[in-house]
Amino acid sequence: MKRLAELRESLVIALWFMFLTFPILVIQVNTIEKTILWRWQNMLYVGLGSFALSFVWRYFLGKVGTGGRLRTEGEEDPKTRFLRLSGDPRVRRGAIAAAVLVALAFPLLSSTYQVNIMTTALMYVVLGLGLNIVVGQAGLLHLGYVAFYAVGAYTYALLYQHFGIGFWTALPLGALMATLFGILLGFPILRLRGDYLAIVTLGFGEITRLVLENWSEFSSGPSGISGIPRPGFFGLELNIQEATIYLYFLMIGFTLFTVFVTNRLQDSRIGRAWLALREDEVACQAMGVDKTMAKMTAFALGSTWAGMMGVVFAAKTTFVNPASFTFLESAMILSIVVLGGMGSTLGIILASFLLILLPEYLRAFSDYRMLLFGTIMVVMMIFRPQGIITNIRRTYEYHFEGKGNGAADKQA
Amino acid sequence: MDYFLELFVGGLTRGSIYALIALGYTMVYGIIELINFAHGEIYMIGAFTALIVATVLAMSGFDGISVLVLATLVAVLYSACHGFTVEKIAYKPLRGASRLSPLISAIGMSIFLQNYVMLAQTSDFLPFPNLLPEVPFLEPYAHIMGSTEFIIVATTAGIMVLLTLLIQFTKIGKAMRATAQDRNMAMLVGVNVNRVISTTFIIGSALAALGGVLIASHIGRINFYIGFIAGIKAFTAAVLGGIGSIPGAVLGSLILGWTESFATGYVSSDYEDVFAFALLVLILILRPSGLLGRSTTQKV
Repeated sequence: MKRLAELRESLVIALWFMFLTFPILVIQVNTIEKTILWRWQNMLYVGLGSFALSFVWRYFLGKVGTGGRLRTEGEEDPKTRFLRLSGDPRVRRGAIAAAVLVALAFPLLSSTYQVNIMTTALMYVVLGLGLNIVVGQAGLLHLGYVAFYAVGAYTYALLYQHFGIGFWTALPLGALMATLFGILLGFPILRLRGDYLAIVTLGFGEITRLVLENWSEFSSGPSGISGIPRPGFFGLELNIQEATIYLYFLMIGFTLFTVFVTNRLQDSRIGRAWLALREDEVACQAMGVDKTMAKMTAFALGSTWAGMMGVVFAAKTTFVNPASFTFLESAMILSIVVLGGMGSTLGIILASFLLILLPEYLRAFSDYRMLLFGTIMVVMMIFRPQGIITNIRRTYEYHFEGKGNGAADKQA
Repeated sequence: MDYFLELFVGGLTRGSIYALIALGYTMVYGIIELINFAHGEIYMIGAFTALIVATVLAMSGFDGISVLVLATLVAVLYSACHGFTVEKIAYKPLRGASRLSPLISAIGMSIFLQNYVMLAQTSDFLPFPNLLPEVPFLEPYAHIMGSTEFIIVATTAGIMVLLTLLIQFTKIGKAMRATAQDRNMAMLVGVNVNRVISTTFIIGSALAALGGVLIASHIGRINFYIGFIAGIKAFTAAVLGGIGSIPGAVLGSLILGWTESFATGYVSSDYEDVFAFALLVLILILRPSGLLGRSTTQKV
C-alpha cells in the first residue's frame, strides 16, 4: 500500500515538473525570424527524470531526517572512519609520499595544457582555503571574495604597467593591498548580522568589478591590461612551456604553504576564537573573545590569500580584465568550500580538484558546469551540510557510565 | 525643470518596479527570516514566460490586448508555481537548520535557475515587445511621462492597495502576520504554518512576475541575467526600508529609484549600479534595521 502511495506521489511530481518546465524547456521562440521550435522530447525527459529522482530524493530525505541534522550518536559515518584511518601515521605517510610523487612527476608525464589546468586547480585550492578561513572557520558568509582576488591581480598588473615591478615584488604587495582592502571593508560591516553581511560583501564585490570596468583611466576598462610577465627564474628568461612548469611547481609550494599556515591557524588561539564566534556570538563574547578583532582578522587573513592568488593569476594568464572577476567566480569558490565541508582542509582540496578538473576533462559537460554548481550547493545543504569530508575538531564528550563517575575524554 | 520632472518620473517608474520585487523579499524575510536569493530569478522566469507566450500568441493571430492579458496571466501563474516549488525543494527541508544553510541553498537555487533558463533558451538578449497599450490622455505630457511609465506606476499603486487589504483584512493575511510575529505561537493557535509560508512564496512570486512583465515592456529586452541585478537592487530597497516591513519596502524602492535616476541624470550613467550598492552599504552601516524597520535585541 505504501509503495502504491509513493508511486502515485512520484507520478504527481513528474506531472508537476512537466507542467512547470513547459514554457521554458519546450518552446523556443526566435523573435527575429518569427519561428517557434517545439521541443516535446524535453518534456518526456523531464517527466522520466523527475519521476526517478523523486524516489531518490524521498529515500535520502528519509535517511537524513528533517532539517539536515548531523548523524545521531553511536553511528559512525563511513567518511569519519576514513578520516580516522587517515589519522593513522603509517597510512598518512604513505598517502603523502604517493601524492608528492604524483605531483612531482606530473609535468614530466603530461602536456603543457594539462599542467596548466592542474595549476588552475591548485590556485582554486589556495583560494578555497583562504575563503575557508572566513566562511568555514569564522562562519561569516562572504560573497565578494573575488573582489580581493581582483585587487591582487590589478595590483600586479598596474605596478608592472607603471613601474615595471616584477612578480616577486608584486606578490607581497598584492597580498598587502588585498589585506588592506579586507580591513577597509571589515571596519564598517562588523556590526552586521550573517545574512546582511553576505549582501554587503556581495555588493562590495560588484562595486569593485563595476569600478574596474568603468574607470578607464585607472584600469583600462573592460579591455583590461595585457602583457604582464610570467615570473622569472632567477633572472633567466623562460619559454612558455618552462614557465608553465615553473608556475606549476610554484603553485605546489604555495599550496603546501597555505595548508600549513591554515592548519596552524585553525589550532591557534585566534582559530579557536573563530570557532567560538561561528558557534555562538553571544557566548563567545561572554567568554572574553574580542569579537571585532576576531572578525577583522578573519576577513583580513582571508583576503591576503585572495590577493596573493590574484598576483599569480595575473602572472599565469598575462592578462587581466574585469570579466574574470564576476560574482560567478565568488560562487564557484564558495561552492568549493561548501562541497569540501566548511572547515576541512582535505575536503577543500578534493572539492577544488573535483570542480575544476571534472568540467575540463568532460568537455561536453562544461556547459552544464554552473547548473551543476547550483545543484551541488542546494543538495549538499540538504543532505550533507558538513561537506564531503567532515571537519573533525578535537572534542571532549561527556559519557555517563552507569554508577561510575566517569567523565571520559574522548578524542574524536 | 522638465529635465528634473523627467528624472523624477523615471525614478518613480524604477521605484515602482523595484517595489513589486522587493515585496517578495520582504514578505518572505518577515516570515521565515531568509533572504530568498532565487527571487530575482523568479522574476526573470516571469519575464521569459511572458515573452514566450506573447510571441506564440501573436503569431497565432491574437490581438494586442488579449496577448497582454493572457501573457501576463500565464507569467504570473508560472512564476507563482516556480516560487512554490523552489520553497518546497530548497528551503522546506532546511527549516530548523542553521541560518547559513538555507542562504547557501538559496544562492545555489539562484545559480541553477539562471543556468537552466540560459541552457533551455539562449544566452543572448531577446527583444521584448512592448505589450502595454497607449494611454491617449497623456499625449501633451508624453515628454515627461509616457504611457508605459504611467501604466507601471498605476499598476504598482493598485497592487499595493490590494496587498494591504489582503494582509489587513483576510484570514490568510492575519495568519501571515501571526506567523511573522512568532512562528511557534502561531502553530500553537492552529495556524497551518507551512501553508502560510507557501502562500507567501506564491504571492511574492506572482508580484515579481508582474514586475518582470512591466519592466521588460519598459526596457524592451531581456536575458537570463536580468534577475540577478534586479534581485540585488530590490533586496537593497527592502533593506533600505527595513526588511520585513511592507510599507518600508515601497518607501525603500522609491528612494532607491530616485537615487539612481538623479545620480545617473546629474552625475554619470556609468556608475548606475555602483550608486545602488553604495547606498546599500551606507544604509546597512548607518542604520542596519532600515528606515521603517524595528531593531530587535537578541535574547539569549
